[in-house]
Amino acid sequence: MDLTFSEPEIAFRDELRAWFAANDPGAEPPHHEERLHFAWRRDFQRRLFDGGWAAPHWPVEYGGRGATLTQSAIFFEELGRARAPLPANVLGLLLGGPTLMVWGTEAQRDRHLGPILSAEEIWCQGFSEPDAGSDLAALKTRAVKDGSGWLVTGQKVWTSGARYAKWCMLVARTDAEAARHKGLTYYLMDMDQSGVQVRPLRQMTGESEFSELFLDGAWIADEQVIGGVGNGWKVALTTLMNERAGLAFFLQVRLRRLLDDLIDAAAARAMLDDDVVADRLGALHMKVEILRLTAYRGLATVEKHGQPGPEGSLTKWMWSEAAQELAQLAADVLGSEALVADSPWGYELLRARGNTIEGGTTEILKNIVAERVLGLPRAR
Amino acid sequence: MKFDLSDDQRTIASTARELLAARSPFERVRSVAGEGRYDDALWRELCELGWPGIAIAERYGGQGLGAVELAVLLEELGYAVAAVPLLGSVLAASAIEHAGDSEQRARWLPGLASGELTGAFGGVRDLIADAPGASVIVLVEAGAPRVVARGDAELEPVDAIDPTRRYARVGGDGAALTGNVEAALGRAGAAVAAELVGVCRRALDMTVAYVSERRQFGVPVGSFQAVAHRCARMLLLTEGVRSAAYFAAWAADAAPERLPEAAGLACAAAGEAGVEVTGSAIQAHGGIGFTWEADVHWLFKRAQLDAAMLGGASGHRMRLARAVASARRQRRQGQRSDGSAIPSSMNL
Repeated sequence: MDLTFSEPEIAFRDELRAWFAANDPGAEPPHHEERLHFAWRRDFQRRLFDGGWAAPHWPVEYGGRGATLTQSAIFFEELGRARAPLPANVLGLLLGGPTLMVWGTEAQRDRHLGPILSAEEIWCQGFSEPDAGSDLAALKTRAVKDGSGWLVTGQKVWTSGARYAKWCMLVARTDAEAARHKGLTYYLMDMDQSGVQVRPLRQMTGESEFSELFLDGAWIADEQVIGGVGNGWKVALTTLMNERAGLAFFLQVRLRRLLDDLIDAAAARAMLDDDVVADRLGALHMKVEILRLTAYRGLATVEKHGQPGPEGSLTKWMWSEAAQELAQLAADVLGSEALVADSPWGYELLRARGNTIEGGTTEILKNIVAERVLGLPRAR
Repeated sequence: MKFDLSDDQRTIASTARELLAARSPFERVRSVAGEGRYDDALWRELCELGWPGIAIAERYGGQGLGAVELAVLLEELGYAVAAVPLLGSVLAASAIEHAGDSEQRARWLPGLASGELTGAFGGVRDLIADAPGASVIVLVEAGAPRVVARGDAELEPVDAIDPTRRYARVGGDGAALTGNVEAALGRAGAAVAAELVGVCRRALDMTVAYVSERRQFGVPVGSFQAVAHRCARMLLLTEGVRSAAYFAAWAADAAPERLPEAAGLACAAAGEAGVEVTGSAIQAHGGIGFTWEADVHWLFKRAQLDAAMLGGASGHRMRLARAVASARRQRRQGQRSDGSAIPSSMNL
């Protein structure tokens, strides 16, 4: 057991810190200035790319640094620590690229990995549908063979970044007769065509991180099938497995930063003299630290078994509840200040309500923990 | 960075688990606890195996292993709810070794390491586990520990709700421990938290087994989400305490400057989680869980007494928040924050 960073890990961190010190991301634009906010993230990814830091977890041959899991965790922690944004193409970097590395052809990798790294082409993820959220295998979007490609009809929802995306990781049903997990195919769909309509969904914060996709005869060439026809479920699982690993460390550090801000604000108002406030802040400190420790324990598990296990559901659950609690506590402690529209805490208060839903609702996470970690009988 | 047990530590854990499962199943715990005594045969065997001295330096007759190995053993002790005076002995030994002078060490550690003597550790107003038979009691008053020899102890035995251990209220004079008191208290917190990890894990394992078997409405009750989600939360809490307890155990030896913070976390997390998880186990067992024979209650009772040893979680949380604020203020003012920014971890 060793909870310190090794020499190479410290060297990696120090190099990264030096880079961040020389590459200040600047002030975050307000969330409601959406295009500006996105441009900030895109610009910052380009700077990461120029510095060779866009995807340290990718193998060197694909433009990464072949970083270890711990180094990758350090990267995301430092990103959060530097108050830098998640790269604009986070879905391409974390999900799309690694999926291509497992399932893509050489031609697909040659074509796509470069523009993912440089943020030249943004990726989005077309999995969820109005009637297939937590139950992904219920998806109805259909792809029908047509000459040298496929025609896709259906609807996707909760597609983050669709407005800016060039490519969509799309799962569609190609065999209506097959069992529900079997008749699926995974595609890379060009978003830039008339058969794809993007309608931003206005969320409770007022902004639109997500969109609905309406697919009406959208065309996908045969070369854009990933992992073979009928193999979509397996490929999608590869994508989903990658969803939480790196992101968890960024989110965890971001939470730590917000908590430190709140503790500072409470101290500045002499509110830590109030036992109730100190108790609640201490409870959050405990949760945030335990989250970080548990995330590092999860990393050791991945190193041992080669892939993330269902335990990742536990840290996502811990994070989302702590994030919600923190935003609420800020509102309780800071009062009216946290209730001003478009203020940082006002934004957190609203945005955090999505945390326990996105990337697996808490209820689904509990099912996963119960069935796949504890081995309980399938829930009803 | 490798937050995981080593292969050797895993071997200690599995060997201990197997031994205690064989020697101290619940039937055994029930019978010795019912007689209001310890399991003397088991205690002799554990002494022969060197358990009481696992973390005591070799020159005092111990095995010279670390706080993590001790935590591994204590976790298994908690898992079995074994009726032996191990916790009190290792807490007393750890306090004397890390905060005592050479005379105090030479006097007490060899006996505590071999198990020839037993010890106890706790606050003046508390029910102190393993105190009635102890040769030496490290008594903490207003954050200051002193070593009270049996002959000087004013001891009032108390039947606590946890009959798997003998408890007492203790007073009496003794020489102060004048060394690193903060480390002594931090190590104690880490050790008790480790025992609670095992208590929680046992409660969860028993519950998972029970709700997978027990059928109502034609299906196992564990297939109902209300039950399954309760179990999921038990795991969340158990693994959270495990993270904090092993962080503290690791810090005790490898990063003493982080021990106060780590032990504070462990103390804040372990008591409440232990009580919630074991209480939840009773609930998930339904009517059976409320019976003496179901054995779930042993875990709940142990968790209650352990939580009391750790002191109120609220106090730990308030200290943590204020310590973070003051460490951040010092950093802003350009001062290095030292370990004392975070006060001692046990609420004694």
